[in-house]
Amino acid sequence: MADVLRPDHQRPGLLIRISEIVGGRPLEQVGLLFGVLLLFAFLADNGVASMAKLGIAPGFGFLSSAANFEIGESLIPYSAGDTYGRAILVGLLNTVLIAVCGCILATVLGTALGIARLSGNLLLAGFVQGYVEIVRNTPLLLQLFFWSVTIRALPGPRQALTPFPGAFLSNRGIFIPAPSGSLAGWLIAALLIATLLGAVALTQSSELRRRRIAQGALAVAALAIVLIAIGAANGSLTLSLPVLKGFNIAGGTGLSPEFATLLVGLVVNTSAGIAEIVRSGIQSVARGQWEAGSAIGLSRGQLLRLVILPQAMRVITPMLTSSYLDLTKNSSLAVAIGYPDLVSVVNTTANTTGQSTEALAILVGVYLALNLSVSAVMNRYNRTTALRGMHPR
Amino acid sequence: MTDSVLAGAQARPAPPIWPRLRRGLLGSPVNIAITLAMLALAAALLPPLLRWAVFDAVWSGTPQDCAAGTGACWAFIGNRLRFILFGLYPPAGQWAAGLASLILIACAVLTAIPRFWGRRLGLLWLVTAVSTLLLMSGVFGGRAVPTGEWGGLPLTLMLTLGSLGCAFPIAVVLALARRSKMIVVRSLAIGFIELVRGVPMIAVLYVAMLIFPLLLPAGASIDKLLRIFVALTLFVAAYFAEVIRAGLQAVPAGQREAAASLGFTPWQNLRLVIMPQAIRIVIPGIANLAIGILLNTTLVSVVGMMDLLNAAKTSASDPAWIGRYDEAYLFVAVIYFVIAFGGSRYSLWLERRAGPR
Repeated sequence: MADVLRPDHQRPGLLIRISEIVGGRPLEQVGLLFGVLLLFAFLADNGVASMAKLGIAPGFGFLSSAANFEIGESLIPYSAGDTYGRAILVGLLNTVLIAVCGCILATVLGTALGIARLSGNLLLAGFVQGYVEIVRNTPLLLQLFFWSVTIRALPGPRQALTPFPGAFLSNRGIFIPAPSGSLAGWLIAALLIATLLGAVALTQSSELRRRRIAQGALAVAALAIVLIAIGAANGSLTLSLPVLKGFNIAGGTGLSPEFATLLVGLVVNTSAGIAEIVRSGIQSVARGQWEAGSAIGLSRGQLLRLVILPQAMRVITPMLTSSYLDLTKNSSLAVAIGYPDLVSVVNTTANTTGQSTEALAILVGVYLALNLSVSAVMNRYNRTTALRGMHPR
Repeated sequence: MTDSVLAGAQARPAPPIWPRLRRGLLGSPVNIAITLAMLALAAALLPPLLRWAVFDAVWSGTPQDCAAGTGACWAFIGNRLRFILFGLYPPAGQWAAGLASLILIACAVLTAIPRFWGRRLGLLWLVTAVSTLLLMSGVFGGRAVPTGEWGGLPLTLMLTLGSLGCAFPIAVVLALARRSKMIVVRSLAIGFIELVRGVPMIAVLYVAMLIFPLLLPAGASIDKLLRIFVALTLFVAAYFAEVIRAGLQAVPAGQREAAASLGFTPWQNLRLVIMPQAIRIVIPGIANLAIGILLNTTLVSVVGMMDLLNAAKTSASDPAWIGRYDEAYLFVAVIYFVIAFGGSRYSLWLERRAGPR
């Protein structure tokens, strides 16, 4: 009786709470789960049997055995004979490299195009619209093939194009100046840390912490300047310029033709989407905001910085996140043009070892992790720009 | 007062064209500078491009004629047109492949016309699927054509429309499951959708190529094209489910409640009240999805299928015409662009048509 007369404000019992989580028809649900597990067990059993027939032992032991293939380019030292695990790490780093470079450049180009579309000049707006339509309505793979042919059609190193002194465009790749000497590594590390801190500062929701982290970034950047000054003074830091030596170009840093093809293709493809995102974001801000801003005497720059962009970013950020994720996933097309990214190395690994299930499981796991980390960073940033009233906290 | 303001807001006449042009091109000093820069860019780029594509182009003839000229070699497209459009399909049966493409295109166009929307479309697509498969397999040509020889435009169209059609029922189930209150059902749907959407399509195709055969019971094997088609369908289903879920969320809750109070069972409610409205809302989204699939079917060339793009690429490595990549890519780019651009305009038109009622 006491149970029946329970006062309303008491919390519901454990059983009721569990049944709310389960959501009805518990027996059928257990049956479904069991059925799915049974299907997986059946497939796994077939898989193990097929692998046994091919003479392959399931498991990740192959990661520590020697991989007898070369990889065209690598951020870490690698040569044929190193382990498969190291080969896959090389591929992963190449994918991260192209994704980071691609996202940064596509954002810069896309923002410029989006603003150009709104510039009010009919010719420029029409040009951007044509660019966006052509890029969005043709396959990315076709665009990559096109860039591949174009870069291969560049003149050889001896007749390389020089858009500005110190840079060479040739069919052997693109060469740009780079710092060299004993302090170069420290300089690059300092610049990387400063950039990273700057990015972290953007994701902070509290003004105070954002300012502190930004000050840290500035301090590291100042350190980089000091490094440059010291290095330039005692000769331990020099700028290595690419120069023509014999039949090839030496010095500086070079982007391989494959990397350049993939980078140009991904940047052009993604920038078209970002241009549309930026345009729609700025246009989503109500007209009255522009008028009110200029009525209280803000200059055009102040108006954009203080009124329009903070509101536009609310619309832009979530869409930008999915653009970055798409770019990361699209970088897998590297396999079609010969850039050794993660997919390409994993595919070679699967073909040479026969451990295709394990290799593809690594591939899927890595992509899910990359996706989750990009969306985690962007969600944090989104929280700093989203409407405060809508989300308590 | 109010009337005139409202009338102004509703039907503002387009400003006359000359003042608009003058303001848009010469409105301010910056604007004039941009206009001049754009004109200079056009003057630098257009003449060489036109010379290559039109004036210096070789429109017919032999590879030697092309090698002598400096412009585009459109004779190559004319000469290799059959290979680009049909891939390795046997020339004697190419009328059947062409007919299959025409049937698919006609069906897609019919489906796009709102007047024909209804249950009979399902029947039409069933007939189309069967007749396309029969035509492609060479039943009417007297000689069986294995799927390994299918290629070109018919293959691209079949993969696009076929995966979209087969993914539809799976996507409906996934979308409903994702909105279910039952935790196992919901978790399985979320797990599948997010897993597939999180990995690149190439990875899914490699799974089809390398892992599907391992998972079959001993002795069983499935066709390579069928494997790729199944993988593509599952991939599309995950994205399609999210499109349909958006439609389900957009149907007002009052619709379900009203139908329930009229005595509809949950199943009738879903079939007769919720789904028809949800699908109608997301038709523009489905059109965009179809364009995305069309452009992404090119990835099957990475796993060795002879789709439209791969056929164009292969035709340019023909020893007689070697290196005519620019012409081949430009030609198929135009085909993809016409379909995709038309589709996206159609989707915009639908949105505008559905908008203010």
